[in-house]
Formats: sequence, C-alpha cells, structure tokens
Amino acid sequence: MTSLVVVSAGLSNPSSTRLLADMLAAATVGAAGAAGGSAGVDVTVIELRDLAQQMTDHLLTGFPGPELSDAMDAVRRADGVIAVTPVFAASYSGLFKTFFDLLEEGLMDGTPVLIAATAGTARHSLVLEHALRPLFSYLHATVVPTGVFAATDDFAGAGLDGRIARAAGELVALMPGHDAAPRSTPVRRLVEEEFADPTPFAELLRQAGAA
Amino acid sequence: MQIGIFSVGDVTTDPTTGRTPTEFERIQATVEIAKKAEEVGLDVFATGEHHNPPFIASAPTTTLAWIGAQTKRIVLSTATTLITTTDPVLIAENYAKLQHLSGGRVDLMMGRGNTGPVYPWFGKDIREGINLAVENYDLLHRLWREDVVNWSGRFRTPLQGFTSTPRPLDGVPPFVWHGSIRSPQIAEQAAYYGDGFFHNHIFWPVSHTRQMVALYRQRWEHYGHGPADTAIVGLGGQFFMRKNSQDAVREYRPYFDNAPVYGHGPSLEDFTRQTPLTVGSPQQVLERTLGFRDYVGHYQRQLFLIDHAGLPLKTVLEQLDLLGEILPEMRKGFAEGRPAHIPDAPTHASLVAAAGGAKDSTVYAPADSATGHRAEDAEELVVA
Repeated sequence: MTSLVVVSAGLSNPSSTRLLADMLAAATVGAAGAAGGSAGVDVTVIELRDLAQQMTDHLLTGFPGPELSDAMDAVRRADGVIAVTPVFAASYSGLFKTFFDLLEEGLMDGTPVLIAATAGTARHSLVLEHALRPLFSYLHATVVPTGVFAATDDFAGAGLDGRIARAAGELVALMPGHDAAPRSTPVRRLVEEEFADPTPFAELLRQAGAA
Repeated sequence: MQIGIFSVGDVTTDPTTGRTPTEFERIQATVEIAKKAEEVGLDVFATGEHHNPPFIASAPTTTLAWIGAQTKRIVLSTATTLITTTDPVLIAENYAKLQHLSGGRVDLMMGRGNTGPVYPWFGKDIREGINLAVENYDLLHRLWREDVVNWSGRFRTPLQGFTSTPRPLDGVPPFVWHGSIRSPQIAEQAAYYGDGFFHNHIFWPVSHTRQMVALYRQRWEHYGHGPADTAIVGLGGQFFMRKNSQDAVREYRPYFDNAPVYGHGPSLEDFTRQTPLTVGSPQQVLERTLGFRDYVGHYQRQLFLIDHAGLPLKTVLEQLDLLGEILPEMRKGFAEGRPAHIPDAPTHASLVAAAGGAKDSTVYAPADSATGHRAEDAEELVVA
C-alpha cells in the first residue's frame, strides 16, 4: 500500500483549502490507479486546525502531544505528501509553517511533495514559488514541478481541473509503487533509525575526530 | 537505591508575589536546600551548570565544595557538567580536587547544555555537540586513568607528557553518569564505557525515557558489562506535595503556569498526565515514583527537581520535610521485588573495594636526568 498524506491548513469549516486538498488527493488516487498501481493508495488527511493547540504546546515544551506525534509519524512514513495552505499576509499561514517547523531535521528528505495554496485573489498565485517551494527545498523534499493555486474564482473556472490532474500525475510518477526502486535521494539519519540500529561507539569516536 | 534532589539554579520571579531573589539569596538558598536534603536523609545533591542569567549555576565545584564542607554524608553531584564547552583538563582537575576535599563524596553527570550561545562563548560550535561530548569525554576518561597522557584531537590543544593533578582519590576516578533526553548516541556512549545513564525524565513523555533507557541497557550488555538489567540507571522526577492534594494543586498552579520551561503552554492537568510531574498528596507522589520502574526496570538513582519556577525557599524546605516523611516508605517500595543481582549506584567506597582497595595515586615528579633536580626545586635554584 502506498501512503499519501494530505496536510491542510484551512481554518474555516467548510474550508476552500480543505476542498482543494480533497480534490488533489482524489486526483492522485485516481492517477495512481490509472498508472496500474495494484497496491492502492492509503490516504491520511491531517487537519492542522485540530492540532493547533498541541503545536503551540510543542513549541513551548519540546515534545508533541499524542495526535501531533501521530501526524508527524504519518509524514515520516509517507510515500507522498500534498501540502495545502491558505495565503495569509502574502505567504503560507503561520499554522502551516509551524507544523513543518516542528518536524525532525531530515524527516522529509526525498519525500515527493505536491504544493498548493488558496487565496481570495489570483494576485497571490506566485506564493507557491516564492514561499512554499523554497520551504520544501530547504526540507530536502522533492517538489513536483506543477503547484496548484486556487483563487476563489477558480472554483467556478475551467482550468483548475487540468492543473490538478497534471500535478497529481507528476506526484504519482515520483511516489514509489509496488515495484518501484527505492528512493535514490540521500537521506539524513533520524533518531528512530539510531534507536533501531545504533551507531557503534568506535564509529562515533571516529566521526568526532574526523574534521 | 539513591534518592536525592537536583537544582538547575534558576533565578525566577515568584509569580505569587512578583519578587525575584537576588543572586546572593539564591546561592545561599541553594546551600540551605542541600544541607536540608542531608538532614532529611537524602543521598544525593546535584547542581546544574549554566553560564548565563537567569542562573546562578556557574562554578559548580565551588558550590559543591562549600556544601561538602557543611555536610557529612550526602553525595555531591552535577546535573549536568557541560562536557561540550568545558575543557576536559579543567573538569579532571576540579572534580579530582573535590574528591580529595569531600572524602570521595562526588560523582558527575555529563550533558551538552541547552543554551545555544554557550558554545560560541566558549569558542565551540553547537553543530559539533555530539562530537564534542564524545571526544572531550574520551580525553577526560584517560586523564583520570593514565598518569601521563599524550593526546591530540580536534577540539583542544594537544597534550604531551601531561599529568592531571591531583590524581583521583585512592586511585579511583569519580563515577560518571551521562545525561541525555533524546540523543541515542549518548546512551551508546554511556554503555560503551560502562558508565551510568541518567534520563532527566521530567519535561518529556514517558515514551522518551523508556526508549532511551532500553537502548542503554541493551548496549551495556552488548559491550560486556553484564546483563542489561544490571546497567546503572538514574531518573529525574518532579513533584509538589501537600497533605491534601487539592491544596497542592491550588498552591502550585501559579508556579506551573508561569514556569520558565513549560509555562504558558499546556495545562497543569495535561502536563501531569503526559509527564512524570506529580502534584498532589505525599501518597500520590510515592505511588507515582514507585511506578517509574514499570517502564525502566529496577534502577539506581532517583533525583527530584523541587526548587525551580520561583518557589520560595521556605516552600522548598517544606517539600523536603514532606519528602523526608515518605522516604522510608519510598526506600521500602524500591526494595520490594528487587532481585539480589541488581547493583546499587556505585559510590567511592564501592569503587575502591572493586579496585581491590585504596591506593596512593600521587604522581611524585621524578628528578630530571640532566641536573638531578625536580621541578619543585626550581625556586631554590633561582634563589641559590
């Protein structure tokens, strides 16, 4: 089973950010099916609004509450991520950024990511390129070429479906299927991996002395 | 089983009065707290190390020596000693000196520190934290065990023909614990040397503690120090108690809500559920503490943090009185079901016995081959 994690930072209910996130997820599942992935796609949706309190607590205490911890684990294990934020003050929302701030360093190394954003006007559309794409580049994620921006008007327009389909196709092409080769991107070692397979002390000592 | 307290030496405003103690008051209070700890029957007093306000925890061996001079029995320890930014040569000298002054009542807990700028202030790079802890401790370990050390590494000037003085008391270095919340490499390090591992335990969920201690125990066995359940484990803990649990919650809440570490974050109720913090009656503190064994196994040292967040000295001393009252029950509880092969925390006496008795470890400087004089005679030569 391929794991797709959808992170949505919409605040209202119903939220156009969540609507766009669901459309992207459905298109990705559809594209995966069309590509002949026999194993199917397991979709997990993370609504950041529900984790807002725990994220603030984590900033202050240094550890995640149980639901936030589960959400971070889901991103860690994801074969692909769809990340969708509303535009606030010409950028991603603070809530959206906070979630990615809290992830362990290296946790998204090589993870395929589809970026998307919503706003009241199309004048914000380059937010994908000047805010979201650099953020995920910093996190060493692999961002698909097509980002999807939806202004309010787009939900009545003709072009949104096409952009969603193209982005979803690009994401599926990067997500490992049943037979796909493992990710070739070099990844940083996470704490969990260190627990499972500790670096022997002789090697730690060697690393300490290696300039 | 050793039971004691540790202090981080924070100077914090009492949120109920708005009053902030002076450094003088806080330093004197720390000494009072340590003396009281011995008086109520505790085994260990440990002080943290910080090099910035709002802490009074710099110069830990000065504090510990002063406390040592006014106590008879309590073990003086650190929580933690900054192995990353402190010259291992100075650690070797300072704590060996403290051993001699206190009759061996000293051990140390190594840690990396938590204030970013402390690294550049001492000429180090925070990104090298683990590497500094590994290399510096390796040198410290040798300085206490080899009379003459030739050494070179990345993080300090090389040493040629260096003897750290005084030599460890009776030829036995102080026992060392390594403390870390979430770095498996430090558990690995502690296991490799056969040293103790301390998990601070207080601000984080139990799952962290369980995972770190399990790794340490497994690697302890891997390195041939004995079965996993004989590894030397210490835990932190945190409580506030009153006879009546509602009184404890009411009195502690403003301190919790404004505490430096977790204040203005989760509720007291959430935090006590998620972490080992216990706010309640002495019986509740007793039961929760004895429950720590459920996820780390039988262990050797339990230290409580009781003097932070602006709690006034009078309140802290009352907490110590209450702890003293449940101490016999706590000791009895820890002894219950404890298999005979589980060791106690090493002390100077037990380490000396294990080494086959006390040795004079003094390095008497030899006369040099050219003049027949010793370094100590140099002054006489100049005078002559």
